[in-house]
Amino acid sequence: MMLPFFEWCEASFLGQLVRTSVWLFPIIESFHLVFLCALGGAVLLLDLRMLGTGVRRVTIAQLAGDVHPWLLAAVAGMLATGIPLFMSEALKCYYNPSFWVKMGTAPVALLFAFVVRKRVARNATEATATTRLVAMASLSLWFVVAAAGRWIGFSS
Amino acid sequence: MIRELLTRLAETRWSIALHESLYVWPLVESTHVLSLTLFVGTAAMLDLRLLGVAFARVPASEFTNRLLPWTRLGFAIMVVTGVLLFTATPVTYYESLFFRLKVLLLLVAGFNVWWFHTRTHDGVSSWELNARPPRAARVAAIVSLLAWTGVVVAGRLVAYNWFACDLQPQPAIVNTLAGCVVPPPDTTR
Repeated sequence: MMLPFFEWCEASFLGQLVRTSVWLFPIIESFHLVFLCALGGAVLLLDLRMLGTGVRRVTIAQLAGDVHPWLLAAVAGMLATGIPLFMSEALKCYYNPSFWVKMGTAPVALLFAFVVRKRVARNATEATATTRLVAMASLSLWFVVAAAGRWIGFSS
Repeated sequence: MIRELLTRLAETRWSIALHESLYVWPLVESTHVLSLTLFVGTAAMLDLRLLGVAFARVPASEFTNRLLPWTRLGFAIMVVTGVLLFTATPVTYYESLFFRLKVLLLLVAGFNVWWFHTRTHDGVSSWELNARPPRAARVAAIVSLLAWTGVVVAGRLVAYNWFACDLQPQPAIVNTLAGCVVPPPDTTR
């Protein structure tokens, strides 16, 4: 059912452009990694605070507000680099189990970050059992997304 | 000298086992990559604070005292996994242009860390509440962000063998910079 969409991606202008270039895929891939660092940093900064470690002297709600735009920017960067990478090898991804693990987990991680975690953080001052639980769920979800993402390149 | 040592290292059972393993190498490599979030990620958050563009309500010293231990943990994991990866194919890395660039950028980044912590950070108590830290701290932050980005990009490109010594002919500049041992052109024919 999804296969025609993947075939369309593979045949698209963007997909062909990235696939036929020697440099484009590696360079975009490198910056996908740079944005991974930014995303990881933004996620960790707040999650560590919600776990009761990391930076203090600012409430969880305040830190969450300050981190939010950087988290959004990092996610935007991941999508902007990830989509062309995907388009260039959509069919390889279609038959790659790691890709499906990543695509199954990434929306959950995003929803969790921008709905559940955001709401819990907005109403929290110091770390509680709830914020700790939410932070651990957040870290676990992002870990699966990142690990499955790296594994796409190995399982082919 | 270095090349002979690394060649001998590459011939050890340890090195061969690592680079021929089906799962150990990818697992070590994945750990190396995922630790970037802990290391470069948290370091970048400190840099944004030092630049004065983010987290103005958090005293800068909170970052250097309470976030930096996590950065150091990330760095330790990067070093251990990085050394393991290096021992798997040492000669390939030694002759890799991107690996050499990465080492160079690591030296720049490392010098910047040393400079910041021995000079700039000493007076942190006098400016830790400033939304915009002093110039020296902002310069350190920019150097850090650029150098670590360079390290990540060069590190990722090590995987591509465009300039590999065993793919001749390469431009003379590549052979010089990568330290390729190129056999002299055959003149007997």
